Order: sequence, then structure tokens, then C-alpha cells
Amino acid sequence: MSKITLKVNGASHTVDVEPSTPLLYILRNDLDLRGPRFGCGLGQCGACTVIINGVATRSCVTPVSAVKSEITTLEGLAKGGALHPVQEAWIELQVPQCGFCQNGQIMTAKALLDKTPNPTGAQIREGMARTLCRCMTYYRVQSAIQLAATKIAKSKRAKLEPSVAKAVMA
Amino acid sequence: MKRSSKVPKPVARIPKHVEAVLSRRGFLQGAGMLVVGFAAPRAKAQGAAAGPYPDPDYRQLDSWIVIHQDNTATFYVGKTDCGQGTGTSFRQMMSDELDIAYDQTSLIMGSTDVTVDQGGSGGSDAIQVDGWPMRRVAAEARRVLLELASQRLGVPVNQLAVSNAVVSVKADPAKRVTYGELIGGQKFNVALTGNNIDNTSGVAKVKAVQDLKFVGQSIPRYDIPAKVDGSLQWAVDVKLPGMVHARNVKPPFAGAKLMSIDEASVNKLPGFVKVVNKGNYVAVVCEREEQAINASRALKCNWEKPATAPFPNSEDLFTFMRSAKPTSEGRPRVTGNVENAFAGAAKIVEADYDIPFQGHTCFAPAHALADPSNGQMTVYSNDMKSYGMRLGIARFLGVPKEQVRVVWMEGPQGYGRTAADDAGFEAAYLARELGRPVRVQWMRNEEQGWDTKGPALTCKLRGALDAQGNVVGYDFDSHWCDYNHVGYNEPDTVLIAQLMGIRRNPPNAGGGSVPDDMYAIPNRRMSSKVVSLPLVWETPIRTGNLRDPNGPQVTFAAESFTDELAVAANADPVEFRLKMLQGSTADDAQFKRARSIACVKACAEVFGWKPRTSPQKIGSGNILTGRGFAYSFRSQTVVAQAVEVEVNRKTGHVWAKRIAVAHDCGLVINPEAIKGTIQGGTLHALSRALYEEARFDTEKVLDTDWINHPSLTHMDAPEKIDIVLVNGDPNPNRPDLPHYGAGETVCKPLAAAIANAIFDATGVRLRRLPLRDGRVLAALKLAKVSS
Repeated sequence: MSKITLKVNGASHTVDVEPSTPLLYILRNDLDLRGPRFGCGLGQCGACTVIINGVATRSCVTPVSAVKSEITTLEGLAKGGALHPVQEAWIELQVPQCGFCQNGQIMTAKALLDKTPNPTGAQIREGMARTLCRCMTYYRVQSAIQLAATKIAKSKRAKLEPSVAKAVMA
Repeated sequence: MKRSSKVPKPVARIPKHVEAVLSRRGFLQGAGMLVVGFAAPRAKAQGAAAGPYPDPDYRQLDSWIVIHQDNTATFYVGKTDCGQGTGTSFRQMMSDELDIAYDQTSLIMGSTDVTVDQGGSGGSDAIQVDGWPMRRVAAEARRVLLELASQRLGVPVNQLAVSNAVVSVKADPAKRVTYGELIGGQKFNVALTGNNIDNTSGVAKVKAVQDLKFVGQSIPRYDIPAKVDGSLQWAVDVKLPGMVHARNVKPPFAGAKLMSIDEASVNKLPGFVKVVNKGNYVAVVCEREEQAINASRALKCNWEKPATAPFPNSEDLFTFMRSAKPTSEGRPRVTGNVENAFAGAAKIVEADYDIPFQGHTCFAPAHALADPSNGQMTVYSNDMKSYGMRLGIARFLGVPKEQVRVVWMEGPQGYGRTAADDAGFEAAYLARELGRPVRVQWMRNEEQGWDTKGPALTCKLRGALDAQGNVVGYDFDSHWCDYNHVGYNEPDTVLIAQLMGIRRNPPNAGGGSVPDDMYAIPNRRMSSKVVSLPLVWETPIRTGNLRDPNGPQVTFAAESFTDELAVAANADPVEFRLKMLQGSTADDAQFKRARSIACVKACAEVFGWKPRTSPQKIGSGNILTGRGFAYSFRSQTVVAQAVEVEVNRKTGHVWAKRIAVAHDCGLVINPEAIKGTIQGGTLHALSRALYEEARFDTEKVLDTDWINHPSLTHMDAPEKIDIVLVNGDPNPNRPDLPHYGAGETVCKPLAAAIANAIFDATGVRLRRLPLRDGRVLAALKLAKVSS
């Protein structure tokens, strides 16, 4: 066992665990987070996805000792009580069925849009290809990513141009 | 802002809705003045949790509805949700009948000690069957509240109006009283009637469709925000003081016998608590989850193989099934004289279809947490049939059912997998062995390897056509590999019971089914037989109810064959079906034939279907395009689907570029929710059509991860899915228009529509699922469509 300090969603936590422990179990069982979940333990489905250094990372195959930067989980996407545009789009289009995979869908989409703010349909498919959903909500997920991209672009423009802000508010 | 924190010690983290559930029991048992709400103090909640847990009485109005002092209402229903948002629809229906604003209501589902036993979910019957008692009890509550208001306001009921839970005098609207003022926090103490829960009723009648305000609206699902912001507490998230983690150690092959366990291989590992073993069931328990995973992998067990092979390999399966002696035969359904029809036919078409075992392959594996406190057993589970699990666990443990309760919470959906849930039984057994709360979760290879499978089917179809291309004879003969079908949470068929040597005697017979269509064919014979694999018990090839247990298999065969008949008749596939649907005037009580015609027409229209025969002239490029159509029904829900595919003749890859769905489930409660369900179910069927098969050698399942067992991915999503919600009732505006089910029917026709589209594109008929690239390419090469 060894003491490891992690920064998660803006707060620091020290845990005393085996360094090889997959990050997922620390987040879930020690920090009591519910966004990242176990789906396969093999890095194949995406249920456990968190964002580290801007990269959508599978926490079920990431040893806790290998994490050197801040971790963002689903719980950390909202800022100042406001949901992230990706989350807003997900609710607006009523994306989930059972919802168990949606952590992976949302976190992967968020990282994708950070890198590619205006993705084509093909870029969305390829970027999301390894993030599984067994209720098969893919069709709505892809629409929601496009909607989120529009929302993000609008809010960026609104910050630059006050007149656009008014239009957005209206 | 930065803050540093030590990891807190585990404390009871019981979900909020469970707290409400716990305080709820005090209400049902007490005199009736207890305030029920989501903010119930934890101490009171835990006191109320001590048990035992008798069944709520469905013939008491208080078991279904509570009106609070703040003029809100909570509904308690015995259903669970598999992710289709049925809870929102229940609230819509009950709010309408009670005359309360939707936003003033909440709903609790499926926790066995506080909600009446409506069986949980299954059979897509939530709205079709269980919605009726919900509507009737809410109407009865409204009636009782109007009586109370009449006494309070001193005017007859017929001079009162009610809106949004406020009753007012029609002639003097200033005279008013709210539901909360009339009965808030108190019991109704009103008895209901009904010889079973589905028939539960009060005196009041339900409203006419035209008077429903919330029904028919796309009210956003209440469960979605918490699933999107990470705040929902799922069954996997529950933590209790003193809990430990368990992992199973499965036999490495079917029918294995445990000879010895080397406990020394794990008992020095960090966090080790115990190895639990009975018969061939083995589990390792550790303090931490990752420790349990490591220990379960490290545990050395010595297993002996059975003397004979448990089953043929999956490539030899259908030959085996066709030659196996049936364990049971359903009586054939016969109309007319089939032999004469074939003897006088101008043309006879014959074909064999094979559909393999398909696993539930749930997105996340089976899991449960069991708490043995107070000499009772509480199981936190996503079991879709929580009531069945409670009864099954009580029998399995040999305790009165009142000592067991199942608290239903959200979980990953396996669409039938949690009707035969294993983890709840394992957690309860281990919790009793250890005297501590135990959380069990399967691993991915365990789930893929040992989950329940949809039965395999092989069938022979024969069709007789007359000189005008009319179908005059039809013969469907089928073999289903379904013997010892695992039932709903049975204490003698769940896997832990089997591994402990428990045997249901006789085993479940299993079953098959025959095509569901409304075609007017004068001479028809349809039969189904059940066969068994050599090994019946302790086998990973065990069948259970996978989303519409037999429908996708039989409809793939039947509706592919309908296209084969259309080709033989030189007819357009849609016109051919319509002609058979319009070939008689006989219909059932709910007009399924008329509604079938309406769906087929609506689907063809939204797809833009132009009449022509199949196949079309094969293109010259690498990408061949084609279109396919299929239709079926399940219970009273009718679905037609049309697909445009692209087939890559170099790789054999099939893409369903565009799908059109026409869906008639009668009165629609929530259009947007039902469209989501249709989209998901259609693509689930696409995944099963293109990719899914439980492959095995003669002793074990071969593909136990998502690489070797492919699933549909984002790459496969259609460019467009068009959905039409059809109301094909001959009297579409009737005030008693029924609401039917959704969820499973869309899973039936899709595979046939895909295969029919591939035929249209390539001229090659594929009669064995799944349609993975390799199988399609081999068929194209054989037909010289691909070089």
C-alpha cells in the first residue's frame, strides 16, 4: 500500500492503496463518485471514461500510480451550477435509454468537441466508435453531439460579441 | 478553490428514494398521520427498515397513492423501468386521472416492501396491462377527494370542478379546497376490488381519451437529468458500513466438477476475507473490490471435465438440432388442407433458416448488494422482476418471504437478463454466510460466457403458389434449442443453485413459437418442437428470455420467406404483403389486421417505396444498394420496417443507411419517449442481425469480450431513422382507445428487412444469422457477385 494524492474535479484527495489499483475503483469506492462505472474492465466499452489532460481515458485499465494530472469526471463537467452544453444537449434530445453507458458517451463526446469543435458526421462516428451502448442510443448520441457543438459555438460567439449574446438570450 | 481531504470512512449511503421507501413503510403500517416525503430523517428511515416486510395490499388505495400536505402526490407502482422511461408515462396517466399537475407528482417503483406486486417489468406490458389499474386507482382517488370536498364545501359533487388538485365550486370558484387540505398526509382508508392486481379497481370510471391532458404529450423523462449529471445512485453505487466485495470463480468449462481448492493460493493476499464454496459454486470475498478481483483470478481450483462433450460446437449446432429427438412438441396450428394445397400448386418454394444462440451480453455485468442486518435480508438490485427475485431468494435461503425485500434501483439493461438474475441470489447467500453486507459483481468474461442466451432456431419453410401467384399453402416446421429454459428468478434454476447441485425436476420444458402475421393464407400448418443439448445443467449455454424471447428468430425466417414467395410470384414485396393482408375481412377484437394494413402502408409511404420486383439489376461499383421490407406484431402492437442498405462487395460489410419504422401501439402516452424506445430497439435488432452470436466449442463459450463478440457501434448507426406513430384503429378517435406495449415488437421484423435488402442489392439470399462481413462475403463469392 502507498499514499497517493489525486486531484479530481478541483479537489485533492489522498488515498492509501496498492499503486497498481485501477483508477476506477478509487474513484468509485474511495471518492464515492458515480459517473465512471464498470462495464468490461478491459478498456473496450467506455463506461469508466474520465478526462485526463484533455484525453478521454479508460479508468478501468489505468493504474492509479500512472495518473499525474487532474482528473475530470462526469460530476465535474458542470460549472457554477450550470450543466455543460454537452449535458444540456443530452437532456434536450432525451438521449439515454437505461443510461448506464452514458458517462462514456458524454465524456468521450466532451473530449472530442474540445479537440474538434465542429465535427463532421464521419468524425463523430470515428471519434465515438469505441464507446459502446447496448440500448443502442447511437442515433440520438450523434445528434446530441452536433447540437452540443452548435451550443458551444453560440456561447463562444456570445462571449465575443454582446449583440450575439442578446440574440442567444432571446 | 483547492481543498485537501482524507478519504472519509464508509458510512451508510442509502439512495434518497430508498429513504422515502423506508419511511413509507411506517406510513402503511401506522395510523396514518406520518408525513411521507423525500426528506425523511435517516434515523427514522433506518428504524422503519428493520423488517419483517409483509406485502403491501393492492386492494387498499393507500398502497398506490399518497397525497401530501403541500398538495403534491406520490404514486407507488409495482413496475420497474428497463430504460424506456415508463415511470414518466405512469405519472402522466395517473396525473390525468387524479386531476393533478404532472409536476406536482412523483413516483416510486418496484421495491417489494412498499410497492404493490405488479411483477416488475417484462413482456412489454407496462402500459398495455399495468397502466390500467394505475389509471383506475388514480380515478378512484379523485372520486374520493371530490366526496371529501363536497362535505367540506357543502355542495353536491356534480356542482364541483377540479383542476390541478384544487376543487372549486362551479358557481362560485372562490370557494375552493386543495387535495392537500382535504387529506394531506393522511390515509384514504378506501378498499378496492379485483381478484388479481391487474383487475384492481375502485368505483370510479377512467376518463375518455379526449379528456386526458398529459397523456399524448412529450413530457421529458424525469430520470434523465440525474443520469446525465452523474447524481443518480444506481444499484452498483450502494455502500453500507462493514460491506465486503465478492467475485465468483466460474468453472472453466461446462459440466466441470470441482475436485479441490487451494486456499493457500489466496489467503495471504491483501484484504482476503474468505473463500466460500458449496458444490461447484466458488466465490472469493475480500475487503476491497480490486482485491476480490485479484484473488478470484489467483485462486487455484482443480476441475474435472465431464466424461462426454456437453454440446456440439456452434458450427455443428443446426445439424445437431435437426436430428435431435424433440423433448416436446407443440400441437401444430393447422387451417385448411395443406397437403392438397401443395399437391395442386403451380410453384413450390422451400427454404431452411438458422438463427444461433444470442447472448443477452448486457452492457455491464450482473451485480447486487445484500444486507443481512436484523435477521432479515435486504437486496439492492436492478432486477427487472424484483418481486420474483424476493420470492426466489426467500425460497433459496429457506426463509419466510417476509424476511426478504428487494430494493429496485436503476441498472444497465440486458433486456431480459435481469429476469433470471444470478447476482442477487449470490449476494444473499454470501451475506448470510459472512454475516456482513456483501456486494457481488460479475466480470466481463463471466457475463459474456455464462449469461442467459436467446434460444437457437432452425426451421424449414415451404410455400405453395397458384398460377396467379397467390399463396395457397404454407408450412412452417421449427426446432428450438430451449429445453431447461431458465425461468424468472427460480430458486432451482438460477446458476448458483445449479452449481450447488440443485435440480428442478422435471426441468422447464422450454418453448418455441410460430410466425406472427395476419396474412390470409387458406391452407396453413405451423409447428414448433423443442430440443435439448446433451448437457442440461451447469452449462453456459442456458436459455432465458432475451428481448422478445422467440420473436426476432422466427420473424427473420418468416419475413425473409415472405420475400422469397414474393420473388416467386414476381410481385413487389409490399404489394405482395398488402394483398395477403387484404385477402380476407376477418379481424380480431382490436383490429390487428386493419392496423397491420395501416402500418405496412405508412411504412412504405415514409420510406418512399416505389413498387418493383426484387432483386434490382446489380450495380457495377463496390457499393451495392438495396431495399428491404418486413412486418410483424407482438400481442396487439404492430410494426413494419423498411431498410435501405449498402453492401460492400469487396468486404461483405453491410450498412443500414436508412430505416423507416411504422409503429401502432394504440394510444401513445409519450411520443418522444416511445420514439427513443423504437430507435433503440430497432438498432438492438440491427446489432443482433449483423453481429451477435454466442459461439462455442464443445465445452465453453469462445467469445467473452467486446472484441471477439462484436456489438453494433457508432460506425453502424443509420444516417436516418424515420418513425411514424400509426393509429390504424378503424375508429381512431374512440374515447376508449387502448394503449398497447412497445419495446419488443420493433426487434422482430428488422433482421428480415436487412436480409431482404441484401437480396435486393445483390441477388443473394442469406438464411443464417448473424450477417457478419465474412459470412456475407463468402455468400457473395459463391454467387460470383464478388470475385
